[in-house]
Amino acid sequence: MIRIEPRNTNSAIFSYGVPILSALVALILASIPLWFAGAPVLVSYVEMAKGVFGSKFAFSEMLTRATPLMFTGLAAALAFRAKLWNIGAEGQLYLGAMAAVAVGTGVLEAPAFILVPIIILFGCAAGSVGMVVPAFLKTRYGADEVVTTLLLNFIILIFLQYMLEGPLKDPMGLGWPQSSPILDQGMLPPLMERMRVHSGLLIAVACALIAQFMLVRSVWGFKLRAVGENVFAARHAGIKVNRTILGAAIASGALAGMAGVSEVAGLKGYLTSDLSPGFGYAGIIVAMLAGLSPIGVVISALFIASVFVGADSMSRAMGVSSYLADLVVSTSLLCVLIGGFFARFKLVKTSVKGQN
Amino acid sequence: MAEIIQILLSDSFWAASLRIATPLIFGVLGALICEKSGVLNLGIEGIFVAGAMSGWMAVWLGAGLWGGVIVAGLAGAFFGLIHAILTVPLGLSQHVSGLGVTLFATSVSYFFYRTALPDVSSPPRIEPFRPLEIPILSDLPFVGPVFFQQTALTWLALFMVGLVWYIMNRTGLGVAIKAVGDNPNSVDAQGLSVYGLRIGAIVVGSALMALGGAFLTMSAFDAFFFGMVNGRGWICIALVIFASWKPGKALFGALLFGAFDALQVRMQTEVGAKVPTQVFLAAPYVLSIVALVIAARRAEYPRALLTPWFKGQR
Amino acid sequence: MTSPPVLHLNGLTKTFGSVQAAQSISLELFKGEVLALLGENGAGKTTLMNMLFGHYMPDSGTIDIFDTSGTAKPLQLGNPQAAIAAGIGMVHQHFTLAENLDALDNIMLGSERFFDFRRNKTKAMQKVQKIMDDSGLAAPMNIPVGKLTVGERQRVEILKALYQDVKILVLDEPTAVLTPQEADKLFENITTMTKNGLSVIFISHKLREVLAFSNRIAVLRHGRKVGEISSKEANERKIARLMVGEETEISSRKKMKSGEAVLELDNLTISGSSKRESISNVNLIVKKHEILGIAGISGNGQTVLANAISGLLKPSSGKIKLESEILISNDPSNIIQAGVGRIPEDRHKDGIVGQMTVAENMILEDLSNKRIQSRGLLNREAIIQHCEDLSVKYDVRGPGANASARLLSGGNIQKLILARVFEAAPKLILANQPTRGLDMGAAADVANRLLEARQRGSGVILISEDLDEILSLSDRIMVIYDGELKAVETHDRETIGLMMAGEAA
Repeated sequence: MIRIEPRNTNSAIFSYGVPILSALVALILASIPLWFAGAPVLVSYVEMAKGVFGSKFAFSEMLTRATPLMFTGLAAALAFRAKLWNIGAEGQLYLGAMAAVAVGTGVLEAPAFILVPIIILFGCAAGSVGMVVPAFLKTRYGADEVVTTLLLNFIILIFLQYMLEGPLKDPMGLGWPQSSPILDQGMLPPLMERMRVHSGLLIAVACALIAQFMLVRSVWGFKLRAVGENVFAARHAGIKVNRTILGAAIASGALAGMAGVSEVAGLKGYLTSDLSPGFGYAGIIVAMLAGLSPIGVVISALFIASVFVGADSMSRAMGVSSYLADLVVSTSLLCVLIGGFFARFKLVKTSVKGQN
Repeated sequence: MAEIIQILLSDSFWAASLRIATPLIFGVLGALICEKSGVLNLGIEGIFVAGAMSGWMAVWLGAGLWGGVIVAGLAGAFFGLIHAILTVPLGLSQHVSGLGVTLFATSVSYFFYRTALPDVSSPPRIEPFRPLEIPILSDLPFVGPVFFQQTALTWLALFMVGLVWYIMNRTGLGVAIKAVGDNPNSVDAQGLSVYGLRIGAIVVGSALMALGGAFLTMSAFDAFFFGMVNGRGWICIALVIFASWKPGKALFGALLFGAFDALQVRMQTEVGAKVPTQVFLAAPYVLSIVALVIAARRAEYPRALLTPWFKGQR
Repeated sequence: MTSPPVLHLNGLTKTFGSVQAAQSISLELFKGEVLALLGENGAGKTTLMNMLFGHYMPDSGTIDIFDTSGTAKPLQLGNPQAAIAAGIGMVHQHFTLAENLDALDNIMLGSERFFDFRRNKTKAMQKVQKIMDDSGLAAPMNIPVGKLTVGERQRVEILKALYQDVKILVLDEPTAVLTPQEADKLFENITTMTKNGLSVIFISHKLREVLAFSNRIAVLRHGRKVGEISSKEANERKIARLMVGEETEISSRKKMKSGEAVLELDNLTISGSSKRESISNVNLIVKKHEILGIAGISGNGQTVLANAISGLLKPSSGKIKLESEILISNDPSNIIQAGVGRIPEDRHKDGIVGQMTVAENMILEDLSNKRIQSRGLLNREAIIQHCEDLSVKYDVRGPGANASARLLSGGNIQKLILARVFEAAPKLILANQPTRGLDMGAAADVANRLLEARQRGSGVILISEDLDEILSLSDRIMVIYDGELKAVETHDRETIGLMMAGEAA
């Protein structure tokens, strides 16, 4: 007979080891679908690595892909810390992008040092609104935010279609449902010559550092953690629970909105309805892999981005479906969940002496 | 107003409502069984995708329509089992595990679909379920088209409503499932297995969810598309709360939803020029949120929902 | 003892890690006998019973069950089904009932086939009715258990066990939730049942009832059986010494003149969704240098009353006055600021955030204090220092300031809460079931701290189910029943017991 017993220590080896091990296991498990697809397994892994580390360009592409994942990962991590299940980062990302396009494409003529902050501000505010609504429905009516944020994703995508066919449509766009381009002085400056990686990456890393500091060192972060870990004790101790949840919602939504700003004003320049290939959902995995630690989000975003970029280039070279990347990423989530269990509990084999 | 009444009186409208409601009925029943046993199953969206893809694929490979249904059910059971292992004996967060299963099931389905059909731009079609024509009954005015020109899967869904109701309210198994969702210790103290009941409920519930997906590719349409599930799973999760975890109310909720969806499609053609189509497209999701907000306050959640239980720890 | 044995535990031993939870414990139980199992928390009672029920696998030892002819048969260990099949039944302290089902469904659970086309509820009801007639236990069978009173639920629990044709019934702290009169009724029923041949193991820490109702007493301490005596030969002092080893002394209550009023409740009414969640027209005054004890069976409005004073609930009508300032607030932080310290009923749920550190839990109620933060940023060194100071002062023992609070033992969690509350020098202390589930040492510590606070001039409200505790600590006593609070004139056990049962004294 096997019993489950909690471990009495939170060992550092587990908190760092589990995510790394999970990521490795997920990568190794990917050999099964590779084999199924008939690709030579080892060569495929080499191709994958080449796709990330094979050239300066490849590496910069990985960083470009990691940028929005850091933002959505932080959005999920902060909200989840408060046990606010924000599954709506995908929608909030598009809200942020729409706001960026709304103010950044010529409505406002200003030099870069004014226009860029304004675009960021509006993008973050729009993202926040997208999370404050479900947070309000949760605190006021008890409506489960998982379902509302998930459903809002669909509503926002439909709203985006409408905006791209109507108010935000580019008159010069030859009829395509896309927005006008953001003014040059509204764009986040690139980081390297002839590469797509842009200063959104720096903002993302800065956000992670700030978030980490606020969580650990500020009263705001203390309250957020207390509400997340035990809402009853927090309320009993006089912490204003609804206000704290709303604060987490604002921060989380703003970060997701920033992902949209960063993609549209850092990379694409204009908005289409396929701006995000699921960055919002992938952000949840990034956050879980990071153990909900903001600094950890930076690292796990780099890993997830590597999987995506590497698998993309591998799939081109080997003719394997690029959905392999999603498969690896979602497998790593399941692995880290199981790993997290073994970090918190141990299985104890109870003696079977005397049993017939 | 006159147009709406016109629509409400037409048999095709009600036939469409029942058709649209069918996958939701499967989904809500599946979610209901899981939640009654105390486990939220957010894997539902991915299980829909897996059911849709695997069922269709099986038919396309020559398994026959009912073969496809069985394959879809097995696929749902498989992904349900993953969720069950993560949430029941391991007691992990039901939210995160469910989302993980959704992402996993979706990516597995997409990967296998793409691997099997690498280069097709328009997906191959299968011969889907045909409406069950019943002599005489099908020719009845109004009732005939609404009820007796539905496919076998719709009938299966309606039958399942009755079966689930019967099991939950009239059998020892139903009593045990309700007990384990209220207070797992009550079941444990009587020598029944908490883990067994919960894992069983999740596996069976997930199989039902997958049938909802299978209906999409084998009855509503005749092919598999990316993104075809389109949030139906999440809508089911909202509907379960709206239905207070009761099979009869679940049927009512799904039908109401189907009717609303059918209505908006018809309204679109009537007043499409004046109102942007997106208003109609967004309506089902908005409706779900509204239903959730209305129901949330008075909802009596199964008491043990979301709470893991470990053997020997009271 | 002339009756034949029914159960024999031989040298049962169980260790968890480094803890010896049970060391070679042997016990005999005879037919028709009530054996009391006494011991403090952690003495090994629960471990022993878990081994009997197959929930734990003993490291060594055997269990024999005797059949009607008197031949011993070894029980298969580590197998709950075998225990049930052997006719062993248990009534847990925490009820194992599904509240959404009616009593009959709860009783039938597990003893019917899953897929019978028709469940035979009529036949089951006949059997239950016969058991009710034989034992004198009665409870409504056809309404959801969630709507039954605590006493009724307990009877359902016992009926559930008897329905399985048990020969040996274990009752774990059965009177904890009952009024003295309800408890007497229960013992009457037990006597009837033992006359019909049932054997009962009765786990308790209430010496009085153990002496009155058992035939034999076995005492456990630190995982060992330290004594076994016939109840006729035992007295309270003798058993208490066996249980504790040495006697812990609660510092005696000095006579003290109470001062002016600290807290006044003026016609306080809260209308909850059910009777259990309501109180009506509650009036009370707590003065400085005074402990006001509120006795009552849980579920009669104590939680609502405590939540109202804690600021978790908004009164429907009436006033809460602290030093004649009116507190109208459903905001706990205002209440804390005003000088009310609260020791919550459920210390794990409401008292601490288990995943946060001991140091963080120490400052949980004090986040605006400039000593530990400035401009919204926490001063870590000050927080650790604060925690270490208080841990010494209040004797909080555990793995350190930076360890998760969940790793502390129940007694140390309570000490952490006491440290937090008393350090704020509150004018009023609300202690809700402050010693529930603590061992004697920790309970004495809590009692002493409350007496100290009274000495210093705080007013104390002590809400407890333990009538002995109320009687020994309180200056004045009130009884809460069905949401109404009544003052007690004489500190007489019998009178208070009747009032706890809702009968006018």
